[in-house]
Amino acid sequence: MSADNTPLNAPLGLLAELTHRCPLGCPYCSNPLALDQRSDELDTASWARVFREAAGLGVLQVHLSGGEPAARRDLEDIVKAARDAGLYSNLITSAVGVTAERLSVLSDAGLDHVQISIQDSEPQSADHIAGYKGAFARKNALAAEVVKLGLPLTVNVVVHRANIGRVEAMVDLALALGAGRVEIAHVQYYGWALKNRAALMPSREQVERAVGQVEALRAKHYGRIVIDAVVPDYYARFPKPCVGGWGRRSLNVTPAGKVLPCHAAEVIPGLEFWNVRQHSLGDIWRASPAFNAFRGTDWMRQPCKSCALKEKDFGGCRCQAFLLAGDARAADPVCHLSPHRALVAELAAVREDAAYDYRK
Amino acid sequence: MQAGTIASSARPRLPRGVRLVHNEAQGGWVLLAPERVFKADAIAHEILKRCTGEATVEEIVDDLAKAFNAPRQRIHDDVTKLIGGLADKKLLELA
Repeated sequence: MSADNTPLNAPLGLLAELTHRCPLGCPYCSNPLALDQRSDELDTASWARVFREAAGLGVLQVHLSGGEPAARRDLEDIVKAARDAGLYSNLITSAVGVTAERLSVLSDAGLDHVQISIQDSEPQSADHIAGYKGAFARKNALAAEVVKLGLPLTVNVVVHRANIGRVEAMVDLALALGAGRVEIAHVQYYGWALKNRAALMPSREQVERAVGQVEALRAKHYGRIVIDAVVPDYYARFPKPCVGGWGRRSLNVTPAGKVLPCHAAEVIPGLEFWNVRQHSLGDIWRASPAFNAFRGTDWMRQPCKSCALKEKDFGGCRCQAFLLAGDARAADPVCHLSPHRALVAELAAVREDAAYDYRK
Repeated sequence: MQAGTIASSARPRLPRGVRLVHNEAQGGWVLLAPERVFKADAIAHEILKRCTGEATVEEIVDDLAKAFNAPRQRIHDDVTKLIGGLADKKLLELA
């Protein structure tokens, strides 16, 4: 437990990575490079217990993710278990493997919201990025079914060099599909995205233009569609408050039951993660060494320690600090106050039109 | 970018995918929506629980003015401000 006396927050969200299996191969996938095997996946009853324990902790929303969650045959039962636990359920899907019939069963099981990823507004480019021929058409078809059932739809677009010039077209597509919300998420460089960084990285000019376009589109479509944006931090001055602060707002359960403060946390060496097979979620939230490693502000070094923003951005992302600065307690190197800031600029300048190393 | 005028005959309701729930650990009533959580204070809760698609805005205002013995105009302003703001964020439907 951190030594400062701030009371422990109740978490708001649970990211349930039901499986790492996925038909798509997006080169920026947030899954780790070493994927969990199907034989190691938690069973239906274990997920139901995790959901009940999460609700008991104060969790309000569960994000059913993966991989492709529909790769699990028991997804219907998992959705029902989330509803029975009193959680708001959000299906984060590639749309591949979800038929209209299956969606209707999921809807009846109590699903609250569907988020479909779209790789680009240009069909050919979209299928190329996904590494799956016909993915774009399937996504469009499922989006129509979601709207037909009266379920709220979010379109998620991950932005990088190949599609950054089409932000407006992608928002238009989301509107045409009937989405009430669109996420414009610039690639965050962890896992597979880090591996493909040079092929994905846009230029500063491209990023600035895209950020400006999002602002204009927000005003233009106000009241019609909600536009949420995840900013590209390699060109930022301040770091993002990653997952709203380590161990403050959310938990991530891997397919095999390991509980992480964020999906990338396993890259940090020396952290001890606990598993729901051995511990209750409440014990893990309160006492697991990994959750307490970077809670609060006591772990900080300079420049974070004396920074006026330390309770706002919590020093940024611990994974990025380790990956780029080699020290998980360092300031996130994207911060302009970090002694490693020059390295981020150097890395952002490396841009090569190489073939994607697809996630597999 | 401002809330449009709310017709007094509109019948506000929570759309599918938006739910008002009570949660002890989060300190009271919360409005759950796609990727978003809003804490509802006591006034917001009184308004939102009346947004069932049955009552009109006018009826909700009358009901609240009576229940809390408060000036109708002030209640009207509070109600239309909250409903307009939530409708813009797609958290309420005006049927």
